[in-house]
Amino acid sequence: MFDLDRWREIFQSINKNRLRSILSGFTVAFAILLFTLLFGIVSGLSNSFKDAFADDAQNMMVVRVWKTSKPFKGLQTGRRIQLRNADYDYVKEEYESKIQYQTARIYKSVSIKYKNKADNYRLRAVHPDHQFLEKTIIDEGRYLNEKDLRDKSKVLVIGRLVKQDLFGEKPALNKRVNLNGSSFLVIGIFSDDGGDNEERQVYMPVTTAQMMYGNNDYISQINLGYNPNLSLDAAIAFGNKMERDLRSKMNIHPDDQSALSVRNMAEANKGVGQFMFVLYLIVIFVGSGTLVAGIIGISNIMIFVIKERTKEFGIRKALGAKPASIVGMVVQESVLITTIAGYIGLSLGTFILAQIGDALEDYFIKDPSVSPGIVIGATITLILAGLIAGYVPAKKAANIKPIVALRAD
Amino acid sequence: MIRIEKLHKSYPIGKDSLHVLKGIDLHIKEGEFVSIMGSSGSGKSTLLNIVGLLDVHDEGNYYLNGQLIKDLNEKKAAILRNKFLGFVFQSFNLISYKTALENVALPLYYKGMNRKERLKVALEYLDQVGLKDWANHLPNELSGGQKQRVAIARALVTKPKVVLADEPTGALDSTTTDSVMDLLKDINDQGMTVFVITHEEEVAEQTKRIVRLKDGVITSDELTKAAKAV
Repeated sequence: MFDLDRWREIFQSINKNRLRSILSGFTVAFAILLFTLLFGIVSGLSNSFKDAFADDAQNMMVVRVWKTSKPFKGLQTGRRIQLRNADYDYVKEEYESKIQYQTARIYKSVSIKYKNKADNYRLRAVHPDHQFLEKTIIDEGRYLNEKDLRDKSKVLVIGRLVKQDLFGEKPALNKRVNLNGSSFLVIGIFSDDGGDNEERQVYMPVTTAQMMYGNNDYISQINLGYNPNLSLDAAIAFGNKMERDLRSKMNIHPDDQSALSVRNMAEANKGVGQFMFVLYLIVIFVGSGTLVAGIIGISNIMIFVIKERTKEFGIRKALGAKPASIVGMVVQESVLITTIAGYIGLSLGTFILAQIGDALEDYFIKDPSVSPGIVIGATITLILAGLIAGYVPAKKAANIKPIVALRAD
Repeated sequence: MIRIEKLHKSYPIGKDSLHVLKGIDLHIKEGEFVSIMGSSGSGKSTLLNIVGLLDVHDEGNYYLNGQLIKDLNEKKAAILRNKFLGFVFQSFNLISYKTALENVALPLYYKGMNRKERLKVALEYLDQVGLKDWANHLPNELSGGQKQRVAIARALVTKPKVVLADEPTGALDSTTTDSVMDLLKDINDQGMTVFVITHEEEVAEQTKRIVRLKDGVITSDELTKAAKAV
């Protein structure tokens, strides 16, 4: 029920007792401000972690091989392990349902020449799925496709910086370049969020590279993206199983980490997830502490305020104020102050977070912000606290006999 | 208007209790101007507080305007106070952050009168006590006598049946005492029952009936010269 006179009484009381009102408001505003900043900064941390994995697909798994470090089935240590097309096909067939994308990679260093300009670049010979695993962005032309692989076409997809080096501002698409003495057609130009190194790469079909370099079926590593429908735990289990299967297939000791390993983003994701979970727990703990401190602050001030006003309440009662009207007045005043102060703290907090923006990126705080739900929840908590903090002592004061209240000083 | 029969009141003090009022019988008719005299500790303030519904009695009967006062809760007491009683205190008891006008208007707020009307009525009463020009001053900008006149205007503004004044001149010098007493006389002349507590003989003599209280009992109850003169 809206009662203009009641509001007038409250505004007068607030206005005439400014220091008191500001003090109680300050407690609330400060609590909400700290709460907002705390949550904002943690969300900034969380954003940084998410971004740290933005270069590659989040569901990536990489199969890599080196030399054996443990003897197994009569085979000596130091044996060099080589991945082949057969291994690639084995993974593809064995785990088809668990794989979203799959590509081989062959690493080479190449010299590329266009007209009078030449430089050395890193080459990755890959399958078409590589585009999605590496999050390659095609700026012009197209990426490699299945037909390129079948035909072992001499085509290249070059990085934005490669194009800049060799072609400058001139168009590069459909031009022929000289790669280690052979003529290749530029079919696409790409960019990548992974930084300059990523954009100094060139991609060619894996089959073309195998033909060029020794005409064999060697591959350097296998990258795959697990089916995103898998849970993190299922993805980790899948990675572990694949690692065991491949080791056994290639006669590697089951625990020989340096001969063959599967690097699984799912494990990193789980680690980060757990880290963020713990961080949020800490923040909830500290944040709740801040709120509790705010609540205690309001309660203290309200108790003091009501003590100070006991005589006034006695006068009002002698003049005909009902206890409920006194309780209502105090509670309404308390809630009004907490609401306004909460809103100020909230606005200030979000404003500061917006000002921070990406300025603290070096400290792993990126784009800090708070979800409205959390902040509104916190404000409502404080309003309720203000309500209770006002109600309990006011109820007590209103029930004091007027004669006692009038004697108070 | 006020009928009190065998009224008793004690206050607990630690394990013992202090018997303050020991069977008071008093009948005050409408339009009377009564003073209660007594030294401190005689129980006169307690009597006024009970009459003013600011405190409750232990035994006996109290009828206010024919209504038996018994088992009142704070809410009912507040309504009765607002309707029948006006208070004037020794220490004025004005609300410090409200202007004279707002102080006078406050009882009307609790009566439920709208703001415009109650400020108008309050101003009329301030005019009656000669403080119209001081309407927008805060209490701390007023002299003691002025504060008490504001308090009297506040007591009158609801047109109560009884005005209860607890040592209304206790904090005032003799000149202002006279002006306050004149004001109370005027009020009484208009037909309002006025009930004054005092320990000053000169003040009591200006009323029409003096009730003397000693150790919780009434020792004398007589009309004054002022009353006989009428």
